[in-house]
Amino acid sequence: MPGIAAKLLLGVALTLAATFVLLILAGLVAGLLAPFLGSVPISYNFRSIKARWTSTIVAVLGIAGTVGVFVAMLSLANGFQATLVASGSPGNALILRAGSPTEMMGGVTLDAVRVVQDAPGVARDSSGPLVTQEVVGVMPFPLISTGTDANVQVRGVSPNVLRIRTFAKITDGRMFRPGLSEIVAGRNASRTYAGLTLGNTIQFGGGHWQVVGIFDAGGSAFDSEVWCDAKILNEILKRPDNIFQSVTVHLASPESFQQFKDAVTSDPRMNVDVTREIDYYAKQSTVMTRLITVLGGLVAAIMAVGAVFGALNTMYSAIAERGREIATMRAVGYSSWNVVLSFLFEALSISFVGGILGCLAVLPLNGLTTNTMNFQTFANVAFAFKITFDLLLLGVVFGLVMGVLGGMLPAIRAATRPVAVALREL
Amino acid sequence: MVRVDGSGGSNSLIQVRGLDKTYRRGGGEIRVLQGLNLDVDKGDFVAFMGPSGSGKTTLLNLLGGLDVPTRGTITVAGDEITHMSGHKLTEWRARHVGFVFQMYNLIPVLTAFQNVELPLLLTKLSKAQRRKHVETVLHVVGLADRMNHYPRQLSGGQEQRVAIGRAIVADPTFLLCDEPTGDLDRQSADEIMGLIEQLVKEYGKTVLMVTHDPVVARRAGRTLHLEKGLLAESAEPQGVAAGGRHEI
Repeated sequence: MPGIAAKLLLGVALTLAATFVLLILAGLVAGLLAPFLGSVPISYNFRSIKARWTSTIVAVLGIAGTVGVFVAMLSLANGFQATLVASGSPGNALILRAGSPTEMMGGVTLDAVRVVQDAPGVARDSSGPLVTQEVVGVMPFPLISTGTDANVQVRGVSPNVLRIRTFAKITDGRMFRPGLSEIVAGRNASRTYAGLTLGNTIQFGGGHWQVVGIFDAGGSAFDSEVWCDAKILNEILKRPDNIFQSVTVHLASPESFQQFKDAVTSDPRMNVDVTREIDYYAKQSTVMTRLITVLGGLVAAIMAVGAVFGALNTMYSAIAERGREIATMRAVGYSSWNVVLSFLFEALSISFVGGILGCLAVLPLNGLTTNTMNFQTFANVAFAFKITFDLLLLGVVFGLVMGVLGGMLPAIRAATRPVAVALREL
Repeated sequence: MVRVDGSGGSNSLIQVRGLDKTYRRGGGEIRVLQGLNLDVDKGDFVAFMGPSGSGKTTLLNLLGGLDVPTRGTITVAGDEITHMSGHKLTEWRARHVGFVFQMYNLIPVLTAFQNVELPLLLTKLSKAQRRKHVETVLHVVGLADRMNHYPRQLSGGQEQRVAIGRAIVADPTFLLCDEPTGDLDRQSADEIMGLIEQLVKEYGKTVLMVTHDPVVARRAGRTLHLEKGLLAESAEPQGVAAGGRHEI
């Protein structure tokens, strides 16, 4: 019985939610079409808005602030996701120990690496198969901004890594030399953490390391990393020298993935999972992206309640001030529908301006870099706010929805008040 | 010919039979109109007088389809309006009734031209046709040179002229004027009454007007007194009678 009741309740809730969404959509469409359907002149609405400019500005700013926060939060999530997704290439495959959700928990033996190197579908050049077996560790580095330590992902890679991650380029200095305590730092890491400047020697993991190069990984998460020789890092971290945490393979072509995967996973000596690199990083981004979206959505929702009340207040006061006008228009033959559309159009005009202003206000954030911890690796990732056209459109629609919510009730009240009563109370 | 005894024939423009209006206030009932009868022919100019609370405005609201009676019927030009739906009544009002209010009730953010044009936006007239109608009407009410002025830029008398223009622009079947001179000085009131008389005499308009002012009431063709929810004819001689007519 409780199960049936819960299902019924869920059904009712879903129906109510669907009705609510439909009403909002209907209101939006009706309001936007008002100038074409209704007969109340648009100039009436625009001039009325102008005549009550103080309350209009309050409503516009409320909606602009809410839309701004909404777009900023989503652009943050968007930027984080884009950074991690950019870390993967569709032409690369990632090999992890079977069942291992992240590199941090991976374990691939040197024997398994040999099998991978000989597998079909792997790209090769004059130096041999394009495979990098990697080790990752998290080390504390002081932030330039605060001086406090933050976790940085240090990645031990094969010397041929730049031919596998072709989007990464050394922009200053040179690549590290195998067998030496040399590192190359990602562009963001170099800007964010103290000591990661070209030519500098730093200490971590019990050893001294010279920064010999800065690399640009195209705005991906690798830009926040420090790379060095995998063998040296294994030694420093006191790990067995024949165990790696992941292997990344550059495929002969993106279409070779299935052939490669089938060959590796069907080999009885192998106990590994094979995924496209791009899928792995996309999956890594989900937790943080969801967190930012939910938290941002929550903040925007709370602000939206305030903004809707602002719009409600503006529209109710507009109606109170214009009771005589509304009653007169209805007396001379304007229908309730005309009045609802007219006020809805007015509310939508206010919220549209608010939405546009909110979007414009956050546009300067686009490309601004910030840091957060990736919960999968526990290392800091630098990423940029990424404001796209879709997000701006969503922001304006969000503003319009607030306009409908704030304008609908006052519009209905204006339209349903008995004309004779409204005229008599003036 | 105006009659209040229910003896009018079916040719009357406005025919009211057994009209009752009762308001509920604080658990009690106030019966404002009690079985009222009225017949008004096309071209009549009727003034309703009576003490405050006698039901003059209520009667006007009922005749204009702004309110519904408790009992009785109102028939205008063959349409029985008392049982019309709200939507139908709105359409009917747009086609048949021109309202003139004591406080003019102009839209302050619209110009005189736009205020007069308002009822025409509900019609299928083109923009050019609407413009022609509005200009003609503003000429009739003597405000051709004020069409781009906002209400705040006009005197009270001029505002009421704009309101009259708005009331007649769609060529309604009849005009309902609720204290049209109540907010005006004597000279402006005279001018407004002159204009209303002109509408009746020259253009054959049917006008029903509520007023407290006996001087104003005397300008009408007939004055009716509302007392105890019923209409009674005045014995005083009356002013206007329909003469040669023009089409607006």
